[in-house]
Amino acid sequence: MKISNIISRRNRILLRELVVTDFKLRYQGSVLGYLWSLLKPLLLFAILYVVFVKFLKFGGDVEHYPVYLLLGVVMWSFFIEATTQGMQAIVARGDLIRKINFPKYIIVISGTISALINLLLNLLVVFVFVAINGVDLHMSVLWLPLNILELYVFSLAIAFLLGAMFVKYRDISHIWEVFLQGAFYATPILYPISMVVAQSDVAAKLLMLNPVAQIIQDARYNLITHQSATTDSLIGNVWIAAIPYTIVFLSIVYATWYFKKTQKYFAENV
Amino acid sequence: MDNNQAVVVKDLYKTFKLPHEQHSGVKQRIVNVFNSNRGYELQKVLDDVTFTIKKGDFFGIVGRNGSGKSTLLKLLAGIYAPDKGLVQVNGSLTPFIELGVGFNPELTGRENIFMNGALLGFSRKEMEAMYDDIVQFAELVDFMDQKLKNYSSGMQVRLAFSIAIRARGDILLLDEVLAVGDAAFQQKCYNYFEELKAQKKTVIFVSHDMGAVKRFCSKAIYVKHGKIIAEGTPAEIADIYAAENIDVPKTDDEKKAETQASLYQVKSKINQQADGVALKVDYKTKSPEPEKMYVGISLMKDGVSVAEISTPRDMTITGDASMNYMLDTTMLNAGTYGINVAMFKWKNRELVAIAKSKNQFVIKGDDITRGGAFRLENTWTLE
Repeated sequence: MKISNIISRRNRILLRELVVTDFKLRYQGSVLGYLWSLLKPLLLFAILYVVFVKFLKFGGDVEHYPVYLLLGVVMWSFFIEATTQGMQAIVARGDLIRKINFPKYIIVISGTISALINLLLNLLVVFVFVAINGVDLHMSVLWLPLNILELYVFSLAIAFLLGAMFVKYRDISHIWEVFLQGAFYATPILYPISMVVAQSDVAAKLLMLNPVAQIIQDARYNLITHQSATTDSLIGNVWIAAIPYTIVFLSIVYATWYFKKTQKYFAENV
Repeated sequence: MDNNQAVVVKDLYKTFKLPHEQHSGVKQRIVNVFNSNRGYELQKVLDDVTFTIKKGDFFGIVGRNGSGKSTLLKLLAGIYAPDKGLVQVNGSLTPFIELGVGFNPELTGRENIFMNGALLGFSRKEMEAMYDDIVQFAELVDFMDQKLKNYSSGMQVRLAFSIAIRARGDILLLDEVLAVGDAAFQQKCYNYFEELKAQKKTVIFVSHDMGAVKRFCSKAIYVKHGKIIAEGTPAEIADIYAAENIDVPKTDDEKKAETQASLYQVKSKINQQADGVALKVDYKTKSPEPEKMYVGISLMKDGVSVAEISTPRDMTITGDASMNYMLDTTMLNAGTYGINVAMFKWKNRELVAIAKSKNQFVIKGDDITRGGAFRLENTWTLE
């Protein structure tokens, strides 16, 4: 999987065809069509907002909490979508893989790209809310694309790993589903991390070592409010604060290696 | 690899692990850690296969179901990775293991063509150049903007096949794709093969249709139990294929004869001479009251009986017997023939013993103006 291969003409064409087809087919036959990919996170956000902000009074001390919550939900939704689609990509195209030889990683990437397109559309909605809420934008918003890039790379790494493993071990999908449920609550999406700090400083620091938590908190810091605690601000030590980035880096290296090693046998095992 | 070789296959091995129980779960994985040797058996699918295809060859791969030829194709196409050995392909290879791979019923015919093209590695521009050609060949000009799910199955197959043969790769790999479409469409396909052959395109062709193999291929191999057991001209390979397939179906009479095999036995041995074939038949019986019998033989060509002869009415056999038969072969065309020998009861013509597909002989010759079994007397005159 050399970089030159990923961007080679043939693979770009295939990637585009797959993404376009997926885009066309996903909401085919539904009345609202592609609007659903905007509506789904918004509806989820509405539910969480009513339950956690209105009833349970979370986030009272964070300014612009609704937008803060929406951004977290949108990014988490992307993480779920990209990893789940990436995981199923190889098996879903098993029929194809058994009959024709083409670069397998393209289908994993295509699954994550359609999730990425959704994320970008959803971010537009977030920006609308940012404007409505009157959030003061800082220069730090320029860092936001890097947060998105890190999230994408991490999701891609997991998609490669799960996609390759799912060919042989079909339990993975169930395990991953449950894992995501747990991780949703272990990541400061609904609740501000300050709530955890109030209970236990160590627990908060541990939670913030999760790359997704680090990314979401950084994105909130960069876009919405500098009140938002980040991995950096919570953990003084630079080396420990570098752990989430190290995890992302190591996962993409390992996942690429593992995928490359196993892909020769996808056609036999799928 | 030198430049006039298209495909080189060297010492190729492929083994599949066949799980006794489908273990696609973590539980089995954990269970199998403890008894790692159980759980699957190894099946050698390809066992030391070596051959070379030259550029411009129309190369036939022939073999019965389960002989390993599909696995061989998938290795050539790069779908499977070899356990050991080498597959080298010189140029772009366009594989058609199955027609309509990646067809999506929710997409229109047009979209499917481009999707299929992208899978085969063609750019949009290249596909646009081929597009009209494909649609016209498939005779589906008016249907391209309809969804594929609204096509009849025949239309889908035609579209798939047209993409297959219009796609311009250096090497074309076709797996049993001839058995599609109506007679008229099949004729078009044959014409296209003639064209490919005339253009000296490299084609790898797998088929059960020996007529097609003989007509188009310039060279062929016969694969059996994962090994190449013969390599030669299509005619030679077709003969081997026919001989290998002789003893497939058993008729009711033959099954009945099998139950009597302990009582009646017939053995035969062939001896080929320059101008004929001598057959020695030994007949033994353990039946307490031997009945009157007669012997019938049939001359087989390509798995079909082309002539039947029995012992004369005044020559009857009772009890053990040994006899010689002499067949004059001057009437036969070049090719491989077989002789089946059978014993029948005189009174009700019941088959009691049979010796099948053991006796083969070859008539040599290079007269390309004659085919079939018999060398008929005839005269051509120009008017």
